[in-house]
Amino acid sequence: MTTNSSPANKMAVAFARILRGAGLDVPLDSVIVFVGALTQLGLENRENVYWSAHATLIRRHEDVQIFDRAFKVFWEQQIAVETATFEEQHESITLLVDDEDANTDDSSAEPIEDENTIALRFSKIETLREKDFAAYNQLELREAEQFMASLRLAGPPKKSLRLMKTNRHGARHDIRRTMRATLQHDGEPIERYWREPSTKLRRLVVLLDISGSMEPYARALLRFMHAAVVGRQRVEAFTFGTRLTRITKELTSRDPDKALAQTSAQVSDWSGGTRLGECLQSFNDNWGVGGMARGSIFVILSDGWDRGDPKVLADQMSRLSRVAYRVIWVNPLKVSPGYAPLARGMAAAMPYIDEFVEGHSLEALRELTEVISKDSNERRKTVTHA
Amino acid sequence: MSLQSVADVRNALDEQNYIASDGLATAVFLAISLNRPLLLEGEAGVGKTELAKALATIRQSELIRLQCYEGIDAAQAMYDWDYSRQLLHLRTVEATGEATQLGADKLEGQLYSEKFLIRRALLRAIDQHAGASPVLLIDEIDRADDEFEAYLLEVLSDFQITIPELGTYKATTPPLVVLTSNRTRDVHDALKRRCLYHWVEHPDFDREVEIVTRRVPQVDATLARQVAGAVESLRKMQLYKPPGVAETIDWATALGRLGVRELDESVVQATLGTVLKYREDHERVRENGVATLVKQAFERGLYSN
Repeated sequence: MTTNSSPANKMAVAFARILRGAGLDVPLDSVIVFVGALTQLGLENRENVYWSAHATLIRRHEDVQIFDRAFKVFWEQQIAVETATFEEQHESITLLVDDEDANTDDSSAEPIEDENTIALRFSKIETLREKDFAAYNQLELREAEQFMASLRLAGPPKKSLRLMKTNRHGARHDIRRTMRATLQHDGEPIERYWREPSTKLRRLVVLLDISGSMEPYARALLRFMHAAVVGRQRVEAFTFGTRLTRITKELTSRDPDKALAQTSAQVSDWSGGTRLGECLQSFNDNWGVGGMARGSIFVILSDGWDRGDPKVLADQMSRLSRVAYRVIWVNPLKVSPGYAPLARGMAAAMPYIDEFVEGHSLEALRELTEVISKDSNERRKTVTHA
Repeated sequence: MSLQSVADVRNALDEQNYIASDGLATAVFLAISLNRPLLLEGEAGVGKTELAKALATIRQSELIRLQCYEGIDAAQAMYDWDYSRQLLHLRTVEATGEATQLGADKLEGQLYSEKFLIRRALLRAIDQHAGASPVLLIDEIDRADDEFEAYLLEVLSDFQITIPELGTYKATTPPLVVLTSNRTRDVHDALKRRCLYHWVEHPDFDREVEIVTRRVPQVDATLARQVAGAVESLRKMQLYKPPGVAETIDWATALGRLGVRELDESVVQATLGTVLKYREDHERVRENGVATLVKQAFERGLYSN
């Protein structure tokens, strides 16, 4: 095989470093396979090297774009590029840092409200900028986090096709165990064993609106999503504004600060406009209707402001409501009499929503968990005020 | 057949009327030469399953298919025991009085022998003695529960299966493994790391024309170009389900069966159901105008190159 200093080794290691610098996860064993591929196909031909790296180092379709850019840089330089050179490139492609009017984030100066209201400090001045995103006020952090971690997002279970042991006679015969027991009784089938379908959690899909109008809420709601992802199985998380970003993987870290930092690096459209309908379409096309939303509890956290065509939104909501088990919309905007007609998006989506939760405090999130856990039998349109 | 280079792979697939892109051919070549499973993702109907079939024909080996579904477990994927036969056997040895002579241990040995073993797809793929090693297609892995992936890990990294009563089965020559996923959930990283990965794209216009001409010989070149052109336009229409190659082939076959020589509005109206499977998509096409679609298809069909 190859020695430590072989050109294939050097090339593989150098390129892997660039990919890691660009934020891809490249484990060592993939690099070793890449070396194997290079040994098979040679290092001279650009196409061969490209497709070798493509087949061995990529594991998600979402990574292809970053990979392509990295490969271009790598190949053009031909020699090991130090990560520093690349990092510039990287930052300009993945992050969109909003630097205008650097807001002083000393929210600790805010008055602490009385014990009765545990509402998050969703005040107007506390704007959310990408740069101070991970810097939470300590008190607020503890308070919100404890509360969110205590929320149990169970939801009505669904019958699984997996069969489990049971003592209930008359279920399905477990011939495997019966046979085993028979042998222990000298071939006499004395006891019979049973199996029955187990139950499992329904998938919970959460979409968070991070557009400009949702700025004051997005940060706290993201924490809520993090609590949901680490606290329960089968959760998928997305953000949307001008485009849809899947953040499930980024949120899986148990350390909330790390998870939020990873997420903010992944998401590029903080505080932009909202194209609710198109983002939902992108979700439906790429994930939802294909299977992710099927039979799931689907939660949208958004104020319903949509700059796109309300018909697109209505179409996509209708598509979604046909495959999802239940569609829940959480709107953090304060209720005002003239509100509904203002947000055209919300109005377009309304007919397809099973549950509507209003509110901008932790109380609303508590309400949400109740709505999620509600028994499937009382499935009907309700509006909950929080 | 020996596949010594990427070009060999592409040509061999070509002979099977499977027109592979450079990327896919490279991935297949590497999967064969590095003995790695190949994980394919992509839209429905781009030919993921078809690739495995073509590969089996090329290698002149068996195609073993494991269709995943919710609740699939080792007993359905690896092996199981034939319990009813075991019980019958037990009764017989008892009736003939053989049981007392044999003693419990020997009797158990008899019952858990290969005679009563039911080989499921994974065991069959690994325990092959004669002929070329098979192609193992693990279809729609994302439909299986996460737990099932853990079973696959041992099988796909060491190509071996351990049956406590009988010992370990190990493949003499490992099968060529193709996994497909529709991404309804993420396949675990541990599994992905053992695989090569390729995202299968829709073919470009020329490749699609080629596929249609090969697959549907009764359709002539002009119609093939028109069909591919129409499908190309359809894919740009932001449909709920843009047609895949499978739908293109279905459409061309339908047109061939109807004896159509050229697309026209009424023919497209009548046969659109072979390509589009959503009511909304039909409406979208009608809104855009079937005439426009036919016009675009004609233009595409005319200009070669």
